[in-house]
Amino acid sequence: MLGLSLTAAGFPAWAAEAAATAPGTYAGSGGPVIRELNLQPPATQIASEIYSLHTWMMVICLIIFVAVFGVMFYSILKHRKSLGHQAATFHESTSVEIAWTVVPFLIVIGMALPATRTVVGMKDTSNADITIKATGMQWKWGYDYLQGEGQGISFLSNLSTPRAQVGEPGIEPSEKRGDTYLMEVDNEVVVPVHKKVRIITTANDVIHSWSIPAFGVKQDAIPGFVRDTWFKADETGTYRGYCSELCGKEHAFMPIVVKVVTDAEYKVWVDGKLKELAALAEDPNKVWTIDELKTRGEKVYNTNCVACHQATGKGIPGSFASLDGSPVVNGPKLEQIQTVLNGKHSGKFAGEMPSWKQLSDTDIAAVITYTRNNWSNKAAENIVQPAEVLAARK
Amino acid sequence: MSTTTIDHAHDHAHGHDDHAHDHPVGLRRWLFATNHKDIGTLYLWFAFTMLLSGGVLALMIRTELFRPGLQFFQPEFFNQLTTMHGIVMVFGAIMPAFVGYANWMIPLQVGASDMAFARMNNFSFWLLPPAAILLASSFFVPGGATAAGWTLYAPLSTQMGPGMDMAIFALHLMGASSIMGSINIIVTILNMRAPGMTLMKMPMFCWTWLITAYLLIAVMPVLAGAITMTLTDRHFGTSFFNAAGGGDPVMYQHIFWFFGHPEVYIMILPAFGIVSQILPAFARKPLFGYASMVYATASIAILSFIVWAHHMFTTGMPVTSQLFFMYATMLIAVPTGVKVFNWIATMWKGSMTFETPMLFAVGFIFVFTMGGFTGLILAVTPIDIQLQDTYYVVAHFHYVLVAGSLFALFAGFYYWSPKWTGHMYSETRGKIHFWNSLVWFNVTFFPMHFLGLAGMPRRIADYSAQFTDFNMVASIGAFGFGLTQVYFLLFVVFPTIRGGAKAADKPWDGAEGLEWTVPSPAPFHTFETPPTVK
Repeated sequence: MLGLSLTAAGFPAWAAEAAATAPGTYAGSGGPVIRELNLQPPATQIASEIYSLHTWMMVICLIIFVAVFGVMFYSILKHRKSLGHQAATFHESTSVEIAWTVVPFLIVIGMALPATRTVVGMKDTSNADITIKATGMQWKWGYDYLQGEGQGISFLSNLSTPRAQVGEPGIEPSEKRGDTYLMEVDNEVVVPVHKKVRIITTANDVIHSWSIPAFGVKQDAIPGFVRDTWFKADETGTYRGYCSELCGKEHAFMPIVVKVVTDAEYKVWVDGKLKELAALAEDPNKVWTIDELKTRGEKVYNTNCVACHQATGKGIPGSFASLDGSPVVNGPKLEQIQTVLNGKHSGKFAGEMPSWKQLSDTDIAAVITYTRNNWSNKAAENIVQPAEVLAARK
Repeated sequence: MSTTTIDHAHDHAHGHDDHAHDHPVGLRRWLFATNHKDIGTLYLWFAFTMLLSGGVLALMIRTELFRPGLQFFQPEFFNQLTTMHGIVMVFGAIMPAFVGYANWMIPLQVGASDMAFARMNNFSFWLLPPAAILLASSFFVPGGATAAGWTLYAPLSTQMGPGMDMAIFALHLMGASSIMGSINIIVTILNMRAPGMTLMKMPMFCWTWLITAYLLIAVMPVLAGAITMTLTDRHFGTSFFNAAGGGDPVMYQHIFWFFGHPEVYIMILPAFGIVSQILPAFARKPLFGYASMVYATASIAILSFIVWAHHMFTTGMPVTSQLFFMYATMLIAVPTGVKVFNWIATMWKGSMTFETPMLFAVGFIFVFTMGGFTGLILAVTPIDIQLQDTYYVVAHFHYVLVAGSLFALFAGFYYWSPKWTGHMYSETRGKIHFWNSLVWFNVTFFPMHFLGLAGMPRRIADYSAQFTDFNMVASIGAFGFGLTQVYFLLFVVFPTIRGGAKAADKPWDGAEGLEWTVPSPAPFHTFETPPTVK
């Protein structure tokens, strides 16, 4: 909870930043707006093709609707027994029946043909300027910039809406909701405008789906497989979407945010991000004090663990294990290091502990130390150093 | 043992004056039922109970979604609600309801004395209550009911607790029940028609059910295979759907939808049949294009096997597959269009009256066709990718399943209940039921199109505040629709069973068919000597 509020504290600054790079001609908000009646305003070539296809389909359907139901309601009004209308006796007409088989066939072809070009365009992921891998995890996204400017950048992207805005059953939210409620993240994907960005999707646990409606992009992220899609944003701005495949309990809480910036801004971001990553790549042999580890561990816990194990450390009976009083947390530290690194499927709970290999040695050491000294836990082996995690990885 | 004997003697004493055969009463009548009308009644009550249970789950969903934020349920329980709502409605309400209609009406329509396999008929019904008990009790096991969505996609389904296994067994039971029901229907229709009742003279309801039964036999084993593989992945270390062991999660979706798409037509073809019976009766004019209706039904059934992957455009298929499934899917619009045109041509220049069955039938055509249009829009691959897993899809399939299947079932109830109960329902109350259903249905589901276009994903427990207004409207509509169905039970169904005006043998002057040649209510045994059809 605390970690989420901390990210929330950083939120106004981020919002101001987004406003500073506000789009020039892009008509939309980058996400849904109140009482929207149509697709979101398109921000890519593909999305505008989809938008026109939808309009085209609506026009055809509306014409058919008016024609067919015009006839039906005329008949309902005029051919009534109460008006003294006598029933005719006809019950077939080969020519009419052939006509209304052939004409719809032609209409259907007229609907599908213009879509064919767009289908081919959507699948053409060649010649990308930047390639980013998006990894779906319960319940966040991980991004790795694989190719192009920014190569090597890698981060996790968590929902940044504080739980205090969501509320809980029976408890009213204690904070007012912002405009980007449930569609804001701590680390958004940043890409340059007018550049072809290829997104490779995969997942760690179950199927997720990476989607930005304004880009006309939606691609399932499938564990063990890679799929790809692409977009080339026409305008700078911040674009928002949601995970679009049921992926478990926090499915509603893993949005996708893409910030499209100018080339110059992108360079600045890449520089900053690479420096930040270099700073984060701490020496795993550094020896930390227990208080340093506990402070850092609490943040790690609130970002990664709290959704299942809860702020109380008690988990959810039957679904997620309790850490408070757990024999693993209070027992020999190696077993807990292994559990966090490799995950665990005991079968005792509906949920499964995923592997957390992607976290740094320091983060894992910190969060284990935190759990061993928090709540009612007073483990004998109460401190884990990053070097021990590094050793266990081998 | 002695109780049984006494009951038996009792039956003999009182049951003999009306009927040639032993006619058990009380619990034994229903538990050991072999009479198609009794079994039909059991199916209908089962389906209605499940409809109301599934409705309660739906209203819980709409209660949580009335406002953004989490007010009533934790997200994990919310996911159980959406999953169980789907399973209960599809396998518990809609499918058994149509089997109930088939049991009641097919022997009466083809002039048979009963269904072909009377004891198997009993078994196929009595498999359903254990399945329902498994589903209902799965809410109370550790981890709760399955929360993987009614499609039970792997590998999410392998993460669930024992509730998932209970759902798998329940689906197996319901699948076996459907297969046995289908065998019974096929054999009854093919072997037990009265002399002179050629296939091309059969009422449309029998035709649509004949084709549906073949679909069921073809695809229920496919579903059984998919969920059995899920079961062995969960417990016996197989890796059918686990990439780490060499399996493929997307293969589950292919297998599931190879069942799932024909399933959609299993739920709508008998509805087409009911509507095709009612329109001629109230237009007082024969069904237009009978032969083309039969061919259109068969075409829809055949096409339904080659369109399954349109549910999977976002999994990332090759461009050729996307194009194939887009074109194949759009083709279904052709035979479906033929049906709608035939219905309207049946009404054209008729002498129409609008009693409740006709209102529901016309309401069906109007609202179902809107679901057809959104289906056509969703068939266009790029648009589908934009709208996949959004509320647009939720709106689409409720337009075809509620306004389609359920409205046709209501139409059928008003049309045939005089034959079942021997009483006429109250026309005023029927009309109240119809207009409320129609209005509240649209209040509930029409705004969902807008939510989906704007990008609101389905199956989420909480949503961005921009979606609030339409969600509130949908929730209000859902309660209106739910209360309307309670009204139907309390003010239409019960009073019609208990009493009301005596129904004539043929209460609708335009109705045709053998079912109207027997008394109302239909006696326990009918057509013991087959009628001759000219």
